[in-house]
Amino acid sequence: MEYEPVIGLEIHAQLLTDSKIFCGCSTKFGAAPNSNTCPVCLGMPGVLPVMNKSVVEFTMKMALATNCRINPVNRFARKNYFYPDLPKGYQISQYAYPLAEAGYVDVEVNGDKKRIGITRIHMEEDAGKLVHDERSPSSYVDLNRACVPLIEIVSEPDMRTAEEAAAYLRRLHEILVYLEICDGNMEEGSFRCDANVSLRPIGQAEFGTRAELKNMNSFRNVQRALEYEISRQQYVLESGGAVLQETRLWDDSEGVTHSMRGKEEAHDYRYFPDPDLVPIVISEEWIGEIAKTIPELPLEKRERFVREYDIPPYDAGVLTATRALADYYEETVKCSGMPKGASNWVMGDVLGHLKEDKLDITSSPVKPKDLGAMITLIEDDTISGTIAKEVFGEMWKTGNPPGKIIEEKGLTQISDSGALESTIDDVLKANPDQVGQYKSGKEKLFGYLVGQTMKATQGKANPKLVNEILKKKLSAL
Amino acid sequence: MKITKHEVEYVAHLARLQFDEEEKEKFTSQLNDILVYMDILNKVDTSGIEPTTHAIDLTNAFRDDIVKESVGTEVTLTNAPDKFGDCFRVPKVIE
Ligand SMILES: [Zn+2]
Repeated sequence: MEYEPVIGLEIHAQLLTDSKIFCGCSTKFGAAPNSNTCPVCLGMPGVLPVMNKSVVEFTMKMALATNCRINPVNRFARKNYFYPDLPKGYQISQYAYPLAEAGYVDVEVNGDKKRIGITRIHMEEDAGKLVHDERSPSSYVDLNRACVPLIEIVSEPDMRTAEEAAAYLRRLHEILVYLEICDGNMEEGSFRCDANVSLRPIGQAEFGTRAELKNMNSFRNVQRALEYEISRQQYVLESGGAVLQETRLWDDSEGVTHSMRGKEEAHDYRYFPDPDLVPIVISEEWIGEIAKTIPELPLEKRERFVREYDIPPYDAGVLTATRALADYYEETVKCSGMPKGASNWVMGDVLGHLKEDKLDITSSPVKPKDLGAMITLIEDDTISGTIAKEVFGEMWKTGNPPGKIIEEKGLTQISDSGALESTIDDVLKANPDQVGQYKSGKEKLFGYLVGQTMKATQGKANPKLVNEILKKKLSAL
Repeated sequence: MKITKHEVEYVAHLARLQFDEEEKEKFTSQLNDILVYMDILNKVDTSGIEPTTHAIDLTNAFRDDIVKESVGTEVTLTNAPDKFGDCFRVPKVIE
């Protein structure tokens, strides 16, 4: 029998606020354990949570960017369970009245567009962090992360392959980062993903029994875990077994999922409205104000780059990977008027040097204005492409504008045919054998003679002119 | 009966409470009385009245996103039954 996977994702994104969701403690990562804490986030009796307004506004941004309906009345609920990283014995979350519902994003897989539905987006607080010690019978609790604002984004079970799931995950990730409401760091846990996956015979409407996958902390692992789990369930079904509804943990080193069976209880969270937090009412005016702050999103930007700058979709994808890189590229285009040249230099030398020096585009020593000027100098034949590489290296080292470097190092291209003619005469005189072979039909040697001329001028000769003069002189011989 | 002893045991387990047989009987009967009283409340005509979660008519109580000083690790751990370094120590939890 042929089976079809059904995949839904639950994503938790930490919001980039300065303070926590219900208290003024800092959200900064990496502080000493239990130092960003106060009676509210420690769950002391008698304290009252007060809602951080930026959390609401950041969540509204995500809702608008993913085409969701924003609910006019929002309420918080308590999700009750016991765990050592949860000081209050309940997590404040949203249940019946989430901030946003019924949205979607479009993803592209192998050139095909597919729409993935978003069921809901809601706000909640994070729990603390548990550190386990292999050698001791203890675990350690750090409550710095308790009460840090999260949004949970729940998808519809619309994905049918691991690849689609990875594409959806990437799309949400880039939107969050573009909106500057999440740093997207999967390793530090500010962007986390759980997956629900089940199989059903093709043509069947009802879903099969699903497993929930956890512990996948990279895009690659999400895709690998789903691929593994799909083949595991297929094997179980084909050998006449039944898939159990359970949570399974991805094991990165073994490349398999393990059942958490036995360590898990049936959950009954007994949600009820939180009496400490009053409802949040969101007006059309407020939504309108937030809508004005939404920047151009990655997919729109990508399509515009292809249209406006006439560059391949792949290049547009690389150049729009982050907002800062896209801005850098556009500024370079503006300063040079050369979209194609700008994309070659940004994708090649700029990204290459950034990677080598482990730098971010915002701290690139070469500014778009100077890169643009350099591209213009290539275009008007002041310098050759070869010399430009050298100039760029020098710009990267010194941060100087290209004009200054070219002048100081005397790198201007030789476009004076008089000067070139005498150099070429010398080259021809110095290589009589090669000239003879060329004349007897070995046309490949033309390239050799061009090379010798470039060498004699330290790469400064205008290649077009060298070709012209050389051809003329050789045919006259 | 609105609620059985079995349900009382279930809720007690979720709340990590331990009762003896006598207490279980007592709470079953008391919770039953409360639920029977709810039936009386349910007779009130509430058609056309919005459900509410609060007694006061207050919305949008916000604070601005400004960092305030925290109490610090030492104060945080003052009441901890067990601690190690800068952390609370708890019996081993395996995920
Ligand atoms: Zn706090």
